[in-house]
Amino acid sequence: MPKQVPLVDYLLLGDDPHLEAWECENCAARFFDRRNACASCEGETFQRIRVANEGIVRAFTIVSLAAPGIPVPFVAAVIDCDGTSVRANVVNIEPTPDQVSTGMKVRLTTFPIGTDDDGVEGIGFGFEPVG
Amino acid sequence: MAEDVWILGIHMTQFGKHPDKDAVDLASEAARRALSDAGVKMKDMGILAAGNLMNASAGIGQQLQKQIGQTGIPVYNVANACATGATALRTAVMAVKAGECDFGLAVGVEKLAGAGLLGAGGGSRSQGTHYEPSGRYGAIANTDGRVGTATMPGTFAQIGMEYGHKYGGTSFELFARISEKNHAHSTLNPLATYTKKMSLEEIMSDVMIAYPNTRPMCSANCDGAAAAVVVGDSKLKTLSLEQRRRAVKIGASVLTSDPWEEACQILPNVNTLTRNAAQQAYEMAGVGPEDLDLVELHDCFATAELVHYDNLMLCEEGGAVDFFDSGAPWRDGRIPVNVSGGLESKGHPIAATGIANVWEICHHLRGEAGDRQIEGAKVGLAHVIGLGSACGVHILEKSAA
Repeated sequence: MPKQVPLVDYLLLGDDPHLEAWECENCAARFFDRRNACASCEGETFQRIRVANEGIVRAFTIVSLAAPGIPVPFVAAVIDCDGTSVRANVVNIEPTPDQVSTGMKVRLTTFPIGTDDDGVEGIGFGFEPVG
Repeated sequence: MAEDVWILGIHMTQFGKHPDKDAVDLASEAARRALSDAGVKMKDMGILAAGNLMNASAGIGQQLQKQIGQTGIPVYNVANACATGATALRTAVMAVKAGECDFGLAVGVEKLAGAGLLGAGGGSRSQGTHYEPSGRYGAIANTDGRVGTATMPGTFAQIGMEYGHKYGGTSFELFARISEKNHAHSTLNPLATYTKKMSLEEIMSDVMIAYPNTRPMCSANCDGAAAAVVVGDSKLKTLSLEQRRRAVKIGASVLTSDPWEEACQILPNVNTLTRNAAQQAYEMAGVGPEDLDLVELHDCFATAELVHYDNLMLCEEGGAVDFFDSGAPWRDGRIPVNVSGGLESKGHPIAATGIANVWEICHHLRGEAGDRQIEGAKVGLAHVIGLGSACGVHILEKSAA
């Protein structure tokens, strides 16, 4: 089994893959990037907090034109994970307007995106339809 | 109370392909024509604010001065995404309002013909080396396309879909009909990049870029420039009757950025900052949406136009689909929207757009819009959004002189 690294640092791998956000300890605003301070309340302290693995699609598009190297078409979406919005692709679904809809239930899934020269496997994530 | 500021002269170049002209040529043309429209010279200007987004570090303001007049005045080179032109205009307005000068010149220019997809990030990272987390998300590869999308078409497609999710009533066809309107409007605008009417079927069967936006539902990348000369009230009173008659009052000049809300760093929220800007502008100008004779809003994609009907309060909250279905935003409707053809058909030379929209409104308020004149137009609103985000709203009023 080669060593694995996540596509982004807020994706936690292992037996129970999930996303983690920075939550402001003062106002509970959540962010996925490295923080300097809170954009909502100017708070300076944050805690790591687990984001729900299931959510609903609040907005989506089916992208047919993308940067070189990105397979198209794919479904890009905003997933509402129990109050925390997540940007992700919707995967394991036919990328057609009759298959994807806002309001549909989805859950987190992970998959390999490639292997580097050192044999390290990159792991990405997406959300797949539930049921 | 600071004095009122007026548009004294304004010009928009032909939008489209200008292979034989560079950005400085286009900016020079727009600036010199705006000056002559105003009946003034570069030597009268007390400030120059200029933007050229795709080449923002080059100092377009000074490059322009070196062609049309180096008078030693302060130059502000501005960059604010698609709100760059509106930001330049607002910078000149603020200088006049602050009493620092009588006249200001604002210029926006872009060379964008043939540009492809914008917002996809820095191309492909070198493959087959080794995974090294970098950036604020500790990413080991480009995330665009792997973690959703931040491309312009994909972002604005989701913004329209989100509106549909919230309020219902949207469909691929509805968004395409918005585009059909703007392409129809552009047939009357000789300065538009595209002036061809497109049928609903042609629009819907064109190349899909990011569902539900096909190519003609996306803003047209093109070359173009626009410039405006602004003047303070007290100075205007000393000018000729003809200058005073054609001057257009800036009833409101507002710039906002997006206040923090949940999800705003996941999918840009173009709604709240537009609503905030509109509210401030209506209050400042002492008018309401019902007083508007025409609106030029930022239809960078057909999906964006829909949400801005609501954000600019042209309809009641959640009522944008009904507003469109009523025929209101067509040129013979209750509040004509984008009679210029909008960004989808007139074109979107980024930094020029925020002044070109104002030019369109001024053209109608002055009664000089020819075949596409909205008869009796007295008040208009120009709106732009730059992702990131910045929103510019200007309310313009016909002179009583």
